[in-house]
Amino acid sequence: MFGKLSLNAIPTEPIILGATGFMGLAVLIILGALFYFKKWGWLWREWLTSVDAKKIGIMYLILALVMLMRGFSDAVLMRSHLMLSVGNNHGFLPPFHYDQVFTAHGVIMIFFMAMPFMFALLNLVVPLQIGARDVAYPFLNSFSFWLTAAGAVLVNISLFLGEFAKTGWLAYPPLSELPFSPGVGVDYYIWSLQISGLGTLLAGINFIVTILKMRCPGMTLMRMPVFTWTALFSMILVVIAFPVLTVTLAMLGLDRYLDMHFFSTDFGGNQMMYVNMIWAWGHPEVYILILPAFGIFSEVVATFCKKALFGYTTMIWASGAITLLSFVVWLHHFFTMGAGADVNAFFGITTMIISIPTGVKIFNWLFTMYRGRITFSVPMLWTMGFFYTFVIGGVTGVLMSVPGADFELHNSLFLIAHFHNTIIGGVVFGYLAGITYWFPKVFGFKLNPKLGKASFWCWLIGFYVAFMPLYILGFMGMTRRLNHYDASTGWHPFLVVAAIGTLIIGIGILILVVDLVTSFINRNQNLDVTGDPWDGRTLEWSIPSPPPFYNFAHIPHVDTLDAFWHSKQNKINQNTNTHYEDIHMPKNTGVGFVLAGFIFIIGFAMIWHIWWLAIAGGVGTIATVIFRAFDYHTDYYLDASEVEKHESKYLNRK
Amino acid sequence: MLNKIIKLTSYIMLFTASIWLSGCDAVMLNPKGVISVQEHNLIFTALGLMMIVVIPTFILTFIFARKYRASNEHAKYDPTFTHNTLVEVVCWGVPIVICAILGTIIWSTTHKLDPYKPLVSDVKPVTIQVVSLDWKWLFIYPEQNIATVNFVEFPVNTPVNFRITADAPMNSLWIPQLSGQIYSMTGMQTKLHIMANEIGDYNGNAASYSGAGFSGMKFIARATSKRDFDAWVNNIHTLNNPLSGERYLNLSKPSEDEPVQYFSTVRDGLYEDIIMKFMMPGVDLTKPHVHMDM
Repeated sequence: MFGKLSLNAIPTEPIILGATGFMGLAVLIILGALFYFKKWGWLWREWLTSVDAKKIGIMYLILALVMLMRGFSDAVLMRSHLMLSVGNNHGFLPPFHYDQVFTAHGVIMIFFMAMPFMFALLNLVVPLQIGARDVAYPFLNSFSFWLTAAGAVLVNISLFLGEFAKTGWLAYPPLSELPFSPGVGVDYYIWSLQISGLGTLLAGINFIVTILKMRCPGMTLMRMPVFTWTALFSMILVVIAFPVLTVTLAMLGLDRYLDMHFFSTDFGGNQMMYVNMIWAWGHPEVYILILPAFGIFSEVVATFCKKALFGYTTMIWASGAITLLSFVVWLHHFFTMGAGADVNAFFGITTMIISIPTGVKIFNWLFTMYRGRITFSVPMLWTMGFFYTFVIGGVTGVLMSVPGADFELHNSLFLIAHFHNTIIGGVVFGYLAGITYWFPKVFGFKLNPKLGKASFWCWLIGFYVAFMPLYILGFMGMTRRLNHYDASTGWHPFLVVAAIGTLIIGIGILILVVDLVTSFINRNQNLDVTGDPWDGRTLEWSIPSPPPFYNFAHIPHVDTLDAFWHSKQNKINQNTNTHYEDIHMPKNTGVGFVLAGFIFIIGFAMIWHIWWLAIAGGVGTIATVIFRAFDYHTDYYLDASEVEKHESKYLNRK
Repeated sequence: MLNKIIKLTSYIMLFTASIWLSGCDAVMLNPKGVISVQEHNLIFTALGLMMIVVIPTFILTFIFARKYRASNEHAKYDPTFTHNTLVEVVCWGVPIVICAILGTIIWSTTHKLDPYKPLVSDVKPVTIQVVSLDWKWLFIYPEQNIATVNFVEFPVNTPVNFRITADAPMNSLWIPQLSGQIYSMTGMQTKLHIMANEIGDYNGNAASYSGAGFSGMKFIARATSKRDFDAWVNNIHTLNNPLSGERYLNLSKPSEDEPVQYFSTVRDGLYEDIIMKFMMPGVDLTKPHVHMDM
């Protein structure tokens, strides 16, 4: 009846039970509050069924922050375990648990923290930057988000129902094949990534169409803000790379479910094929994450230096070059798999070439600062931190692109230090800069700059204390994913320092949370009534904060780059037009939520081999799609008088 | 604000420098093999080359951030400085030149340090067949007809030809002080060629995670004199502990923290059959090896 699911699936380890209890308590408090304040209707109408990109963006943001906590707890577990697991001590995490923790950490941080964070920023900013009222397909947008959320829920269910994969975050076969991983862990991995990956792919298509088709009149491609440009490049990468991931995981799934032999050890299965395919997605994936961060830094630097970006055209071409090059470097993840010297040298050189456009970007930001007027507000501090940290990460990356050097550094903690150097120093710093920068626009009030600065310094210092020792440990021959080591290795002091660094980053995260909470409580003292708190340059700052649900009462016309800045310079007030027209708007719908719910059921049922439930989920999915296809009332017109009412409210506030 | 940045940056640099210095006895900074010495030099050449761009960038960033801060009203403010052909040519040019130099270095060193390339030496090389198992390393010496578990010994200043396969999930053979690593995979053979410059015991790792017992999957690689090596081999021959096919099947079952073991003889063609059994279901390790012309 319930497939492989039985009471034995609930783990009895105290740490897991504690985590489960904590998560259960949090869920209970939220549910209790919803009942107590009778907010269920509000939740359904305003959030779960919303197709408004800004609200979907906020939900992505909440998902990303919650998953940041989860992924960070995993990091704390690993660092404190390794600090203790030396010589005769074996720490507190047996391999069964520890191996799940490092797998979950990687999967959660990439797929359920970084990706949702990126889509949060895209949803919140891209439509506003191009003068659009929403994305091209608002319903699809809602569906994409709920698929991502369904994947995240599956990963977290694995904590207290069964197990998660014990394979490392890319689940290399044959370790991830049935003979070596007979449990449900790898199935959780496959289905959560398939479901969220589908959401990512759909969101990628949505944003490409939005950026190409929904720009306001006059906004040619070369007048687009840089963040929109990098979002476009990133989404192009999503659309090309994610199908590769889907196919690769589907083949692994076929091996596990239908006894096929794509990657098995026997009957002609080829594990090297999996390694190639997963990295053909995996390498572009890191550029999917970093390109929008580059865009954020470009916006932040220009705004806080009071100067247009230096070398706009160069910046766009450099981003384009990175986009193309990111597809011809994947082999550098496995120089050590025995390819010949010609192949290794080719991929080493292509990898190193990526550092050229990346270096150009750094120089462009540098020369934007030149002869500018720099204000070191919180987003700018994140950007300065990024300059130094990311360049160090770039150097170690180029170093590992040299195959002769990589043979000695691969799979060591040097590698771990390198990619955290780029992902924390580039992606996380970038997204945190972005969210501090656009926060007043999205929520209508500013964050506390003092707390913001404190959080930044904790992150920056914590990062160096946590990861510089890892570079040294790599040089000392310490490999990744170790559970225990001998005292004679001399690694212990460095691991203690690294654990202290994690603690400092933890304080940074804590301050961030305090900042969010206290700023919300005191929001009336730091309201952004102008809509333009940073003296911004692009269209999103021309409308009130938070923007009305239709974004722009009048679709703007632009005839230059940084249009809003120019209109301010030339004292053109775009808000004087008080003649309003009806606005065409999408209707809210719960179909995205329900559809993702059914797909979640399919995933869960497949993981546990509950075939009847999987079929029921499939029937529900198809029925919901048919229902949606026959729903002809998906849009409405917002009356001009309504628009006027909203707009006059904002105008009076000034 | 800026003073704070300066102070903190210098603290961070000091701190980093101090841990770097204390890491001087780090394994990688102390290479003992023909290959690892070159790999080590390559790492520092590449780092040095990149510093040509990185250090000026760091200094420029600092100078610009300081000079053009909003509170410094003496600094020139020129919002129209958004394009300058000379600057942009330099921005593209310098990284391109560095990459061209590094690119030629990559091409030549990748061929020179190719792990598949046999090492040139007057001394006759020793061949060692390596099998990564769950979770231990098996070393077979076909010429000496002995085998060891989680311990490998070879003469110093003598090329060692590792032939590597797996009978378990993918792993990676790595003796950091002697050379880089290479993956081990089922049904396939990879190659690694090393030569130790100095007598000594070196830590050997399983570098690629392969499951629960992975942390205990380490070994000592001992480089000795030719005489000691021969004595060691003879000593093992006297043990009367043969590695038969059945014995191997037992050994290959998952086990953790396996102690060092020595086998006085090895079933004929064991290594070849471990590779072939994944492709030819008829291969039976408990029966004598069938020679095939391939």
